[in-house]
Amino acid sequence: MAPKTSPEIGGMGHSVKRKEDPRFLRGLGNYVDDVNLPGMLYLDIVRSPYAHATIKNIDSSKATAIPGVLAVITGKDLEKYNLHWMPTLMSDTQMVLPVDKVMYQAQEVAAVLATDRYIAADGVEAVEIDYDPLPVVVDPKKALLPDAPVLRTDKKDKKDNHIWHWEWGNREATDQLFSDAEVTVKEDIYIPRIHVSSIETCGCVAHFDKVRGKLTVWMTTQAPHAIRTVFALVAGHVGLSEEKIQIISPDIGGGFGGKVPVYPGYVIAVAASVLTGKPVKWIEDRMENLQADSFARDYHITAELAGKKDGTLTALRIKTIADHGYTDAAANPSKFPAGLFHVCTGSYDLKAAHVEVDGVYTNKPPGGIAYRCSFRVTEAVHTIERMTDLMAHEIGMDAAELRMKNFIKPEQFPYKSALDWEYDSGNYAAALQLAMDRIGYAELRKEQAEKRARGELMGIGISSFTEIVGAGPSKHFDILGIKMFDSAEIRVHPTGKVIARFGTKSQGQGHETTYAQIVAEELGFPVDSVLVEEGDTDTAPYGLGTYASRSTPVAAAACAVACRKIKDKARKIAAYLLEAHEDDLEWEVGKFFVKGSPDRAKTIQEISLAAYTNHPPGLEAGLEAVNYYDPPNLTYPFGSYICVVDIDKGTGEVKIRRFVAVDDCGNIINPMIVEGQIHGGLTMGLGPALYEEIQYDESGNILQGSFMNYLLPTAVETPNWETDKTCTPSPHHPLGAKGVGESATVGAPAAIVNAVVDALWHLGVRHVDIPITSAKVWKLLRAAGVRG
Amino acid sequence: MAKVPIKVTVNGVEHSLDVEPRLLLVHLLRETLRLTGTHIGCDTSHCGACTVVMDGNAIKSCTAFAVQADGRSITTVEGLEQDGQLHPLQDGFFQEHGLQCGYCTPGMLMTGYVFLQTNNDPSDDEIRHAISGNLCRCTGYVNIVKAYQYAAQKMREGGA
Repeated sequence: MAPKTSPEIGGMGHSVKRKEDPRFLRGLGNYVDDVNLPGMLYLDIVRSPYAHATIKNIDSSKATAIPGVLAVITGKDLEKYNLHWMPTLMSDTQMVLPVDKVMYQAQEVAAVLATDRYIAADGVEAVEIDYDPLPVVVDPKKALLPDAPVLRTDKKDKKDNHIWHWEWGNREATDQLFSDAEVTVKEDIYIPRIHVSSIETCGCVAHFDKVRGKLTVWMTTQAPHAIRTVFALVAGHVGLSEEKIQIISPDIGGGFGGKVPVYPGYVIAVAASVLTGKPVKWIEDRMENLQADSFARDYHITAELAGKKDGTLTALRIKTIADHGYTDAAANPSKFPAGLFHVCTGSYDLKAAHVEVDGVYTNKPPGGIAYRCSFRVTEAVHTIERMTDLMAHEIGMDAAELRMKNFIKPEQFPYKSALDWEYDSGNYAAALQLAMDRIGYAELRKEQAEKRARGELMGIGISSFTEIVGAGPSKHFDILGIKMFDSAEIRVHPTGKVIARFGTKSQGQGHETTYAQIVAEELGFPVDSVLVEEGDTDTAPYGLGTYASRSTPVAAAACAVACRKIKDKARKIAAYLLEAHEDDLEWEVGKFFVKGSPDRAKTIQEISLAAYTNHPPGLEAGLEAVNYYDPPNLTYPFGSYICVVDIDKGTGEVKIRRFVAVDDCGNIINPMIVEGQIHGGLTMGLGPALYEEIQYDESGNILQGSFMNYLLPTAVETPNWETDKTCTPSPHHPLGAKGVGESATVGAPAAIVNAVVDALWHLGVRHVDIPITSAKVWKLLRAAGVRG
Repeated sequence: MAKVPIKVTVNGVEHSLDVEPRLLLVHLLRETLRLTGTHIGCDTSHCGACTVVMDGNAIKSCTAFAVQADGRSITTVEGLEQDGQLHPLQDGFFQEHGLQCGYCTPGMLMTGYVFLQTNNDPSDDEIRHAISGNLCRCTGYVNIVKAYQYAAQKMREGGA
């Protein structure tokens, strides 16, 4: 779609260069560790070497004897203020600092407050703690056995490690379809524990001003407003009041979901500042970040798919054990303990489905957050895309043909899925066909056949995913009761310059540019005249923040609606200035003119000035608007990815030769930024597919606790992504947009796994769990008698 | 802890300082000299966010001591812009959308600053190997490779 505005205006569809870049390119960003206040103290944390142990004694005397160490804070200190436990977003409870026992390795046990970060680290080394180790539960399936030690002894009457059971869908109809099925496939799929590992770790600077009674916290948070409310609710009893709490999210070095939760370090830093009246800085190192911050995924899935011999899919049945660590600290909408996992029927027109998930406690760090994903959508997509492929192989049908046969058809939208979602729009076949054309699918299949005859291992994998983003409509979506709307507040000043503020917070997505483009699109102000601000709760309107690809579906919609309110008022002012009736005015980018008399016009800049200098009698002065947007539905971006792999028979190495990604995110605000989001998302799909996993030994020791062994893809492993797009606008979004930040992370892993299994199917391989390391493939090849 | 006198030139400015022997170079830059463009990402020299140039070599300042910089010359991201003109690499990152959150960007720039001095006509593969010690979680590297190529071309044309 051609842009409606000129490049100088820079509305939707222009690849406007980013407004945030000049400061970053000069090293002049302002990330949390760059905040430096006079008299600032440093907080460092003593962490548990044990995964499960009783704390017998904490001796701080040697630490506090170090010059510059001001205090050692323990759970018993916080207990005096009833701040040693805090609620999680899922209404479970989490320790800030333990009083009697630790529940996972690297758990916070005490905090050292010092004048300098090196002295604080000296203090951490000097704190002496006596532990009495307890039996450790690592495997969530063993955690459910009757003889497993009960972990949450803090909960009265808790007799096991089961957290919750959740199910969705029509069990009877699903079971009936399975009974009637001509063919069924079943697979155990483990989607391992991984970590977002944004390159900036988490941290904060807390400053309690004793004179004004005001707490200001610069904090790595994706959701500053929600955090402020949580602080007010949790610490109201010690005098923190919401109007006197200011949360500032400065520049954030990547979030991906890891900067949604409230971590104990934040709370301890706030407590330390309130007690001392001095600014307190706490910054994690990478090991702390990997070992203690929220993990993602860790779903043990058993999936079954039913269908007919002609390839018609009929029903899906899933049982899952969700390992949440020692507390359910996931960041899901409150009504959905398994997130949006029940979008797992994906892009296919199934008759029925049933999903069950059981949450389980283990001696691991808490979490269950998304990894650049809208609440468990990756787990859903991975499952259905693997099962679809398995069915295709089982019945001997081409994987693309089976998908084409079962896609929800364009004329079926809005489409009610078997699991009760209403998909807004889609054209799945068009996206897959484009991907097949771009990669040369038919030729690749021929090449594969030739290579297989020669004993070479080549695979082609498809993933035709459907996302579900833009949480969410207030009827179903809230976090701790706060509805998941988002907001825009737009002020037009007399000289025609605009400040636009939002309840979201960019962590690299480019909001300062894309929101300005929406203002440009709607009101015709050049993008350079629009200043976008987010992340300061004292100035920005209340919103739930940026995660789950919700900024475009929710806050960008708020921006459009607020702009339209301004335009309505601008029309009244223009009518007054032009001495014409409102209904006789027409809008053209940046101006109103009288129908039939294009010379009788007032530009938006002239109208802006008049709003403050010559406003019509009976109309309020000024030109500004606020919108709190409650989306009528979620949006459903989609796409089809095709991956070609070659496998080294000698080493088991999987080499991605080509990867074509066709995405459809509806109308696009900035094509350059959308493509960048897809490149990044694909790479965060590649990482978990081939490299990333966090494992624990039987004693609960983490095995991938630093970047020495938690492997992020470098530029060498990352292929040269090939991207393309189709455009199916959302019918309910004011701009027809859908959101795109996470599609690629959600869709990519299944394409890679499907390609690997496709290369190995003739050797008897039906499934490989991610990450598909060379060692795993090497073992499979040796087991099948293949030698390099 | 007893302090040690050092002399170090940073972005062309000479500093005489007394530092603890254990002070990391990255903290000298960020905290003593308040040049906060150099970032810390991993503490184990894997991520490269802390990359600076010391005597013409790209090094990871989170695993070097400040005392090792005694008598040496350091260039950080703040030293790339000359007379109000962005370095071609900075311009390349801007033009090609080579950055998103901006956190790894200073390290990526400093690695490239050295690399392009030794090879101003690199293949994409050579660039990918050159930045293999710098992790980026946002961009998927494609546009960083393009940014390097943009800069290389400008430098071949005499832009820097």
